[in-house]
Amino acid sequence: MKKQLVISSLLLLSLLVASCRKDVELLLSEVTVTDPGSSGAGRFAGFYLLNEGNMGSNKATLDYYDFVTGSYQRNIYAEQNPSVPKELGDVGNDIQLYGNRMYAVINASNKIEVMDAHTAKRIGQVDIPNCRYIAFHDGYAYVTSYAGPIEMDPEYTQRGYVARIDTATLQAQERCVVGYQPDGIAISSGKIYVANSGGYMGAGKSANYERTVSVIDLATFEEEKRIEVGCNLHLIKADQRGNLWVTSRGDHRNNPSRLFVIDRQKQSVSDTICLPVNNFQIEGDSLYLFGINEGGTATEKEINFTIIHTGTRAVVNSHFITDGTDRQLETPYGIMVHPETKDIYITDAGDYINPGFLYRFNREGKKQWSIQTGDIPAHFALLPKRRYTKN
Amino acid sequence: MNSSAKITLLILLAAWSAGHRAIYAHCQADSLRQLPEVIVTAKASREIIPAQKLSGEELKELSSLSVADAIRYFSGVQIKDYGGIGGLKTVDIRSMGTNHMGVFYDGIQLGNAQNGQIDLGKFSLDHIESITLYNGQKSEIFQPAKDFGSSGSIYLRTRYPHFKTGQQHHLKGVVRTGSFGLLNPSLLWEQKIATDLAGSFNAEWVHADGKYAYRYKRVHPITKETVYDTTAIRQNGDVDAWRLEAALHGFVPGGNWNLKSYFYTSERGIPGAIVNNVWKRAQRQWDRNFFTQGSFQKTVSSQYDLLISGKYANDHMRYLNPDTTLIYIDNSFTQQEAYLSLVNKYQLRRNWDVSLAADFQWNGLRSNLDGFVQPSRYTYLVAAATAVDFGKVSLLGSLLGTFIHEQTRIEHPATQNNPNRQRLTPSLFVTYKPYAQHDLHFRAFYKHIFRMPTFNDLFYTDIGNLLLEPENTRQYNIGVQYANSFTHGMIRHWDLQADGYWNRVTDKIIAVPKGNGMYRWMMMNVGNVEIKGIDLAASAVSLLHEEWFLNLKLHYTWQQAQDLTRRTNKELEKITYGGQIAYIPWHSGSVVAGLNHRQWHLHYSFIYVGERYRSSANIRENYEQPWYTSDLSLTRSFIREQVNGKLSLEVNNLFSQDYEVVLNYPMPKRNYRITLTVEI
Repeated sequence: MKKQLVISSLLLLSLLVASCRKDVELLLSEVTVTDPGSSGAGRFAGFYLLNEGNMGSNKATLDYYDFVTGSYQRNIYAEQNPSVPKELGDVGNDIQLYGNRMYAVINASNKIEVMDAHTAKRIGQVDIPNCRYIAFHDGYAYVTSYAGPIEMDPEYTQRGYVARIDTATLQAQERCVVGYQPDGIAISSGKIYVANSGGYMGAGKSANYERTVSVIDLATFEEEKRIEVGCNLHLIKADQRGNLWVTSRGDHRNNPSRLFVIDRQKQSVSDTICLPVNNFQIEGDSLYLFGINEGGTATEKEINFTIIHTGTRAVVNSHFITDGTDRQLETPYGIMVHPETKDIYITDAGDYINPGFLYRFNREGKKQWSIQTGDIPAHFALLPKRRYTKN
Repeated sequence: MNSSAKITLLILLAAWSAGHRAIYAHCQADSLRQLPEVIVTAKASREIIPAQKLSGEELKELSSLSVADAIRYFSGVQIKDYGGIGGLKTVDIRSMGTNHMGVFYDGIQLGNAQNGQIDLGKFSLDHIESITLYNGQKSEIFQPAKDFGSSGSIYLRTRYPHFKTGQQHHLKGVVRTGSFGLLNPSLLWEQKIATDLAGSFNAEWVHADGKYAYRYKRVHPITKETVYDTTAIRQNGDVDAWRLEAALHGFVPGGNWNLKSYFYTSERGIPGAIVNNVWKRAQRQWDRNFFTQGSFQKTVSSQYDLLISGKYANDHMRYLNPDTTLIYIDNSFTQQEAYLSLVNKYQLRRNWDVSLAADFQWNGLRSNLDGFVQPSRYTYLVAAATAVDFGKVSLLGSLLGTFIHEQTRIEHPATQNNPNRQRLTPSLFVTYKPYAQHDLHFRAFYKHIFRMPTFNDLFYTDIGNLLLEPENTRQYNIGVQYANSFTHGMIRHWDLQADGYWNRVTDKIIAVPKGNGMYRWMMMNVGNVEIKGIDLAASAVSLLHEEWFLNLKLHYTWQQAQDLTRRTNKELEKITYGGQIAYIPWHSGSVVAGLNHRQWHLHYSFIYVGERYRSSANIRENYEQPWYTSDLSLTRSFIREQVNGKLSLEVNNLFSQDYEVVLNYPMPKRNYRITLTVEI
């Protein structure tokens, strides 16, 4: 009996030794070639895709697609910046290129990560609590944040602000207080437009959602006025005429998601597109959008993929994905349209807690390839081939 | 062998061989002086499948502060531990999910209709006399209908008043201190009021700043150079809690009754996830739990037994997020529960019992949360069960009927559609003992049960889904147990057990992204999980040399828990379908060894949790390495006239392993504890 015990203990021990804990290794990037021999013509070298990662998971990751080699490189940040503790961070909410730098807004890590646009090597960071979206103008970055000033008032609820960051020094200099939980930001004709959501306020009572876009004068950096739009505003983008397209998430009750147009001159809403809109991208005069109809159940969603003409505001195409791939998508999330080839890139964020997928469709809406991404693939940034020079 | 050595052996034997009355009785003759009274709380009932049990001295020596720490030593169990003294700790049995575990406190289930989770980290081990874990259910028939209603059950039994001969009262004081700024005094007072009536009062305070060092280190996969190595102190993990309990235990001819009240109040920090650029959180939580419960049981005639029990519970929770950079939240939730149960058992033949149990339960939840619908739930349970003993073969079958009705105080758009739910679920347990003279048992069970969607699943503002159906589990288990005891030789007792099981979880309730806007979720019945597993357990009590006793216990679990959830996007399905579900290791186990010599006791425990993934996508980004910790404790007991005492020193996580049980929730490195116990 004693022998048996000894033998079984030894067996157990050997099992343990065979599967011991080692030093945890940094994850290097993984490369997959999607379309070898793809054309690398045109102005752009490739694009970055920022994966948000579910909140608390610290899994914001950066992927890169190269137009010339047709290769998709997953999770490049840690490899390029191995010494950054806990890597890129928690919830990547926006990414933009400006000059030769790339700015990633990492919402739950309360920072803007500033990297070299061509290498993704870290240059520095700007600490902005609860930062959301970023836009640039004339050497300055403008970032929306939910975390406005604190006042000694028990009934006080916190307003958001726009931070102005000098891209030369990476210092946040001034703040302009706007509405509750400001999200999207766009700059057009000397004005900053900010979509206020009130997302923290309206969960229980629809009336508590924000309904306005804040207009900030670029020169004075002061809020000039509010434009009444709709409840729970989210994204805002300017078209080539300088008019602004704003999405409302709706209140998830009686007011569905919508897309609004703000006329630059009249400074008011001129048109409403009666479609639910989750995300959109403007390319030339075409606005590509998709939206999930809330009436459907979560397993059988109705999703529309529509192109709208930004001049006429008419629906040009109500099914821009033509090969049936749209019916396979679980949670379409990010969108980019290539300015030259008009190829359409759409991500599927799936269940938010597992990897998603990136799809490329040609301009006819036929799927060309698809590839696995990080968790919640969401935000794109195109990388020009040429380095930006002052002249 | 001198007498104290004998006593030590006896206590060990008693503790290590639950269900083996033979040895216990055999040795009892010369040991009455020290052995605790045998408490017969129920007429010897036919519990046909033995449970995993930790009790008495064995439980005390596990270097465990909370019930959750102790449960880690059972087979087939995974603890989700968010780290530290105040951190949430929940139990998952055989990978079916934490909501499927029923936790019973002195015979009556602890409820949490809001989120279905019982935080076992809040239950102190200080006054717990035994922890018993049952797969399926406690396989006896004289129990309330609710006891038939979980996929697995944990029974926590608090100390029953013990008195030495001639003693009218018994006092016990414990002081514990150590790492994490821990200060933990407790006092137990037991009083004999009359020959058939005893009372007890127990108070405990736990205070800890919850600070501990943790470390994140990464090496480069090619060069093996350290790329970063950061050590920080865990913040906002403080806890301050009071627990008060009072109980009365009485006997009546042919029966007994008890009445107890429990009060717990605490304030704690919620340490939160450690992510890039965020090393500290500010969220706080206050809990106030109160319940009073009682039961009465009596053998009315030689054939008829009766058990009546009831409970009222009132739980208040406040959650505060004062972090001005995030959403400001100050929400309060008050849950109430009323419960009444009546159990009848009738002996049809000498070897054939039947029982009928009827329970009623009401749950209500109130909150200041915007848009909260203030739900109530009425649950009616009826269980019919029978047990037959054919000698070599014993059978137990039960059928549980559950009838549920819900209503909300505030108008909800879909309340009209809210269905009344009815379910009929069976279970069957069989044991076969082929030889009268050998302690060899074969056993098997099948059980189908479900868990109700919680109030949060159904009604939580925005994410709740009224149309949710219950989440089902079906369990199939076969097993064998073989034990033997010896009066001479080095090995005095050994016990081997093996079980194989196949479980299916269907209509699993999962949060699914929904509609417009980011981070919008909805609860859906979409998940399917299939679990195959093997649990092995071995234990032995050995007399190594005169006055040197060794006891050893080994547990091993193998589990394959596959996510078989179908998805709309077949490309995404390929990533997750068939994957091992989140945080379930393929291999896990524990070793517990105790060495006794006179007043000295050395105890070693080892836990191993093998590699696993943080989600069903079994990819390198979700890979988590094995972790294993060693805990060591040394105890010296002493007797001075009327005073018994014990001083114990513990070192936990001896090799200071840096690990995480849950992603971004680092666990403590090596830590220490010292405990002084004095009994009069």
